[in-house]
Amino acid sequence: MDDSGPLGDIVISCRIRLARNIAGFQFFSHADAEQQAEVLGFVRDKVMASELKNDLWYIDMSEISALEREMLTERHVISKQLAQSQGARAVALSHDESLAMMINEEDHLRLQVLASGLQLRENYDRINRVDTMLEDSLKFAFSPDYGYLTACPTNVGTGIRVSVMLHLPALKLLGQIDKVFRAAKDMHLAIRGLYGEGTEPAGDLYQLSNQITLGKTEEQIIDEFIRRTVEPVVEYERLARKKLLKDRFTVLSDKIYRAVGLLSHAWMISSEEAMHLLSFVRLGINLELIKNIHLRDINDIFLLTQPAHLQALSGKSLDAGGRDEARAQFIRDRLSGN
Amino acid sequence: MRCQLCDKHASVHLTEIINGEKIERHLCDECAEKEGITIKSNVPLSELLSSLATAQQEARAVGDLHCPQCDISWSQFRKSGLLGCPHDYEAFGKPMLSLIKRAQEGAVKHIGRIPHNTSNEIKDQIRLLRLRQDLQHAVEHEEYETAANIRDEISKLTSN
Repeated sequence: MDDSGPLGDIVISCRIRLARNIAGFQFFSHADAEQQAEVLGFVRDKVMASELKNDLWYIDMSEISALEREMLTERHVISKQLAQSQGARAVALSHDESLAMMINEEDHLRLQVLASGLQLRENYDRINRVDTMLEDSLKFAFSPDYGYLTACPTNVGTGIRVSVMLHLPALKLLGQIDKVFRAAKDMHLAIRGLYGEGTEPAGDLYQLSNQITLGKTEEQIIDEFIRRTVEPVVEYERLARKKLLKDRFTVLSDKIYRAVGLLSHAWMISSEEAMHLLSFVRLGINLELIKNIHLRDINDIFLLTQPAHLQALSGKSLDAGGRDEARAQFIRDRLSGN
Repeated sequence: MRCQLCDKHASVHLTEIINGEKIERHLCDECAEKEGITIKSNVPLSELLSSLATAQQEARAVGDLHCPQCDISWSQFRKSGLLGCPHDYEAFGKPMLSLIKRAQEGAVKHIGRIPHNTSNEIKDQIRLLRLRQDLQHAVEHEEYETAANIRDEISKLTSN
């Protein structure tokens, strides 16, 4: 993602996804290979005949390598599950990667719209249009009682998952992150790491999302999520940043400039250490303590130094040690302006 | 000590404070049970076992529930967490309803988006649910004008 959107100093990105299944077919995990392939072909034909067709890449998971699938995961356009599971599956992806339609993930169709900053309402308008358009040619499994029927009852109803990726380094430094988590759990929200379900938080980035999908309209779910969760957490993080600037300026500056120093001069660096340090640099840029590095560079480094991207850039497969070396070199070059 | 009601040996001694006044009662087993103070505690083992067996039978019956469309059973679903086909929601009836209730903060009805190719009757039903929820919200927030408008809409929908 190039530019930071609204509240972009804290909300890195936001995402809405809708889960849909095609009426008259078994759910993906229970269908045999033949039926899975039938669903894939059926949905592919409809999606690629829609008015969006000229803006879509259709990528069949069986036609690309494991490394390429991992790259798509690192770019957040497909889930780990789609990348790693078995069976006929694909993604139709808009050229700017902001719209992705996963076919045969847990549900037959998972639509997602991704944007930088906090643009959930805009995301919903867009995904709603896509959903409406697809309904012209696809009949989704729907019940008057339970709404859109999904493979797992935790998604039933609206099938909506609303999430934001938040950068919360100041709350972490002040030891208040657990408080945020407890509050989020009380509000029936899920907190996950960088790549969604089952992943650990890294680089002070946390993904928050709704859990309840039934008994509320999509607009209510989004509004409540923004008002009760995103805005308060953003406010806490802002206060924490102010507090750090006021009360612990030297400690804060030390962490930020050390991070720049390490990243600019290291010859070997693990993905974990890089993310940890990049978090401080991002904070330094947002607090205007660092002026000669741009957010765009940090975002690029963040994406391009992950294992699959790094290997694709190097043009060869690298072991962990080789990756640490290539990562350090890439970061040094980028930060020195090469 | 003798039972205050029938003069048998008192085995239940109760001290109650009612309206600040201390009242002591001494009763025999039978009278205490009649008064609803104690309940018979030693259920015969045979009774206990048969009720246990029924509970197990019920659990087994739920586990054996099958969807006629995809042939998945309730216990298979509980093991994997994933359903076999859309019809399971209906086939698993009550246990499904209570599971959804637990997972969805008590909600059991969809009031969100409706596919545009859905019949008008179903659309109206869902709109009604949504309006009733809005009405409740308006009343709770003392937005009486909004509430009145919602009531009008509801009566329009229900009179058709």
